[in-house]
Amino acid sequence: MNSFGNILTIAKRELNGYFASPVAYVFIVIFLLLIGFFTFMVGGFFDRGEASLVSFFMWHPWLYLFLVPAVGMRLWSEERRQGTIELLLTMPITAWQAIVGKFLAAWAILALSLLLTLPIVLTVRYLGSPDMGAIFCGYVGSLLLAGACLSISSMTSAMSRNQVVSFIVSVVACLSLILAGWPPVTKMLEQWASPWLVEAVAAFSVMTHFDAFQRGVLDSKDFIFFVLVMAFSLFTTSVIIRGHRAG
Amino acid sequence: MIKIQDLTKNFGPKTAVNGISFTVERGEVLGFLGPNGAGKSTTMRMVTGFIPPTSGRIQTGEYDMLAQPIQAKRLIGYLPENAPLYSDMTVHGFLSFAAEARGLRGGERQKAVARAIELCFLERVVHQSIDTLSKGYRHRACFAQAIIHDPPILIMDEPTDGLDPNQKFEMRSLIRRMGEKKTIIFSTHILEEVDAACTRAIVIDHGRIVANGTPAELKRQAEGAGTVLIRVAGLTAAALRQTLDPLAAARKTAIVEETPGGVCARVFPQTKDSDGALARALFEIAVKSSWKLEELHTEEGRLDEVFRAITLSDTAKEGRQ
Ligand SMILES: Nc1ncnc2c1ncn2[C@@H]1O[C@H](COP(=O)(O)OP(=O)(O)OP(=O)(O)O)[C@@H](O)[C@H]1O
Ligand SMILES: [Mg+2]
Repeated sequence: MNSFGNILTIAKRELNGYFASPVAYVFIVIFLLLIGFFTFMVGGFFDRGEASLVSFFMWHPWLYLFLVPAVGMRLWSEERRQGTIELLLTMPITAWQAIVGKFLAAWAILALSLLLTLPIVLTVRYLGSPDMGAIFCGYVGSLLLAGACLSISSMTSAMSRNQVVSFIVSVVACLSLILAGWPPVTKMLEQWASPWLVEAVAAFSVMTHFDAFQRGVLDSKDFIFFVLVMAFSLFTTSVIIRGHRAG
Repeated sequence: MIKIQDLTKNFGPKTAVNGISFTVERGEVLGFLGPNGAGKSTTMRMVTGFIPPTSGRIQTGEYDMLAQPIQAKRLIGYLPENAPLYSDMTVHGFLSFAAEARGLRGGERQKAVARAIELCFLERVVHQSIDTLSKGYRHRACFAQAIIHDPPILIMDEPTDGLDPNQKFEMRSLIRRMGEKKTIIFSTHILEEVDAACTRAIVIDHGRIVANGTPAELKRQAEGAGTVLIRVAGLTAAALRQTLDPLAAARKTAIVEETPGGVCARVFPQTKDSDGALARALFEIAVKSSWKLEELHTEEGRLDEVFRAITLSDTAKEGRQ
């Protein structure tokens, strides 16, 4: 109970910081603008003539690829650069609680932006009769994907006190997780690697699991995959933080 | 209250702190002195649980910092070096966060924040964003964070750095006042602060304790400690020497200055802790010889002299090795 209270305290402070600085607003506005642009202009939302959000969800991985590290890069680098990590970790709060609290706050911002895309759901409902179950699954998948990318950013931001470095490393890490299961890449791999290897690599990709959600399949396997990615990355974050305190 | 045993910290091949042991009790204010890079901040970071020691034990209250860090950290208020702060918050928001992180909720929290604001003279900037504060106010805001939960142990790394003279004075008297009921460790480069606020001082050099004692004890180690300065009008240096040379309590007499109006001399005692015996002897001579005495006082010894003597000789030793 106490540890929950500590996590909440940290998360509240983080959210405070996000809204006191332009980070949250800029992120939300840019996310909405870009997602609107890709869905309607590039994805041909209206030309498809179908009541589904395929042309909406297909862009999420690519947007998260750049936008999530932009939010996540400051998680720990900023704390180290300003030296506030010394305050944080000498309070009666465990490093683990701080990591989870900070992660949850940033994830809440991502969730909020996702929530603000709801008008697009109302639009397809108005235009036709979409499969609401599939749309719900799509949102769950998207939120989990955002969380996975964010946890990786948390890890890379703990590595460096330089935000630019942490941003680039994070983008590269997320990109490889996305590409490993992206159809064009898997097709290319199939030409020279054995199929089971391609399968194995694809199983590690966030795309494979994200796509399962988009097809409206709510499989615990995919769910567990994302949770494991987050748990692993956050655990690694704690190892890195312990590492540079130890000197 | 705090017990440190054989604390050692290596950063790679470099030893920043090398086997430090000391204890501080409730009601003590311990001053940490030492040249730049001596290992003061590193020691404090280990005591507050920010970095783990390479070896050694840290006991705070009844808790071991390494085994029960959360309970141990509850007892401590910490002002880190350079007063780090969350620059995206207001002073009030920051202090509320600090109080909440210390487990204070609701009315208790508000009371703690109000008390800290008052103690640290922050009323003027309560709703100001931290990144627009001046350096002194940043320092005070961080200090407010350290005392917000009224901790029994207070650890401060250069608490008067960046404060104006009035605030320095306030801070010293605050430390002294709080030191009556708390256990305080603070580091400083300002030697007067040792006199003004400490009950005991430790000098660290190259990660080792090179002196540990009350300010008076430390000062007694100074070269000039215990010497008596005497100034007599209408007397020549030669006459003064002649009178003082047979004196048993004096080792030697050094003339500081001789003017047509008189003479000023420093008399060195035979033994260091003569407790004013030399001054009394000189006074008797002066009365007997009807000297026109202008000045007579026993030097206490100066901390900066002691500090230089201890840390420089140590540096020289390291250099030779
Ligand atoms: N994280 C670190 N990695 C490597 N070396 C370090 C680290 N932190 C401190 N040191 C080294 O340890 C030594 C002691 O540093 P420390 O900060 O404790 O000195 P200090 O006594 O506080 O000095 P100052 O009076 O300048 O504040 C220095 O030589 C410093 O370079
Ligand atoms: Mg220091």
